[in-house]
Amino acid sequence: MNFAALTLPCYITVAALLSIGLYGVISKSNLMKIFISLSIMETGVNLLLITIGYIPGGTAPIENANFAKYVDPLPQALVLTAIVIGLSVTALAIAVLISYYQKNGTLEYKEGMKW
Amino acid sequence: MILVIIAWVMALLAIVAAIYAVETKDLLSSAIAMGIASLVVSIMFLVLQAPDVAITEASIGAALTMAVFVYAIGKTRRWEE
Amino acid sequence: MRRYAGIAVALLFFAFSISIFIQLIPYDSYEGSAYHYKNPINGSVANESVPSHYIKETRNETGAVNAVTAIVVEYRGFDTLGEVTVLFTAATGVSFLLYQLHKKMQRREANLITKEGSKIVLPFALLTGAYIFIHGHLTPGGGFPGGSVIASGFLLMLLAYPKFFVNEKRLSYIESISGSIFVIIGLLGLLLATSFLQNFIPVGKPGYLFSAGIIPLIYIAIGFKVGSELSSIVQKLKEVEE
Repeated sequence: MNFAALTLPCYITVAALLSIGLYGVISKSNLMKIFISLSIMETGVNLLLITIGYIPGGTAPIENANFAKYVDPLPQALVLTAIVIGLSVTALAIAVLISYYQKNGTLEYKEGMKW
Repeated sequence: MILVIIAWVMALLAIVAAIYAVETKDLLSSAIAMGIASLVVSIMFLVLQAPDVAITEASIGAALTMAVFVYAIGKTRRWEE
Repeated sequence: MRRYAGIAVALLFFAFSISIFIQLIPYDSYEGSAYHYKNPINGSVANESVPSHYIKETRNETGAVNAVTAIVVEYRGFDTLGEVTVLFTAATGVSFLLYQLHKKMQRREANLITKEGSKIVLPFALLTGAYIFIHGHLTPGGGFPGGSVIASGFLLMLLAYPKFFVNEKRLSYIESISGSIFVIIGLLGLLLATSFLQNFIPVGKPGYLFSAGIIPLIYIAIGFKVGSELSSIVQKLKEVEE
């Protein structure tokens, strides 16, 4: 295996979180459970982006006189805004779900149901 | 060396929490398990030398996302089907 | 039936992802030739990679010590403007969908430790959040974590007291004025320098609080905006209809 020793558990966590979230989205019929699975998948994708930018032996990308190797700063700048956007889109979806419940009286999703 | 052991323990905790969040029929326990998974992933961010992202994920994923879900479950039903 | 199909698809996806992640070798450093950009049209190779340029030139060009902060505000500042727009749209959508004319308060009270403890924790949470977004160019953090910590402090007060609500008009004023300050700083860059969101304040000595050009000003605006927006989103979900 040609991994660094620290990235192997992180890659396994990413693949597991994405698979478990995908199973939750496909096979559940309660809408709140589908949103929880979507949020788990977003966490997994953010972890994947930061694991790609890791360099073994490097430190945090803040200027320091004692270290010579730094970790890649570009994926961290991308994930910093992606986390906040994930929360706001989840909150908007939950607001739509609450007004859907007040109109129909149930949270289930069945085939052939009218919106 | 100790960082590798911490990473393996956090990976195991995250997988167990995610499986429990998808399988249980109690929606409140499912939301809390999702918060635990986000907190554990935030510790993995710190092991991967990314302190800004760790602060953001700890305060948003573990506190605010869980609060949004718990308030929404209080307005609709708690038990599935 | 759907459950077994879901398990099969999830296992296939897990095996597919692991077989791709095995081939990703972490680099020893980004100075080598594998990170360099190769032009697909005429095949010429650049002589410096992008992360190496950002790590080496951040201290001289922008005066900030934190490389991630300088990338979010100075080098790729236009994407931050788009992200602020997405946050604003989501908060407006939540306020529009959950509009209630007559509100009533919830009846359940918290226990004694939560009530007395949250009164002590709230000023420290606000102070920590303000410290994080003011020192964005020197220490890890910036505008987005600082705003989240402020919103978490308000969430603790919302959970402990059933009658506590932040004044909505003040939140909406703070949010609008902070967003406008961000765009006005960009337009000042267009007037006084050459392009939108260009640095027009002289870069001071790196490592001091009053340095790094427009980075502290923009992060103060973003910190106020994110904090007030997340507080108003969580507070809208708490109100119960009469």
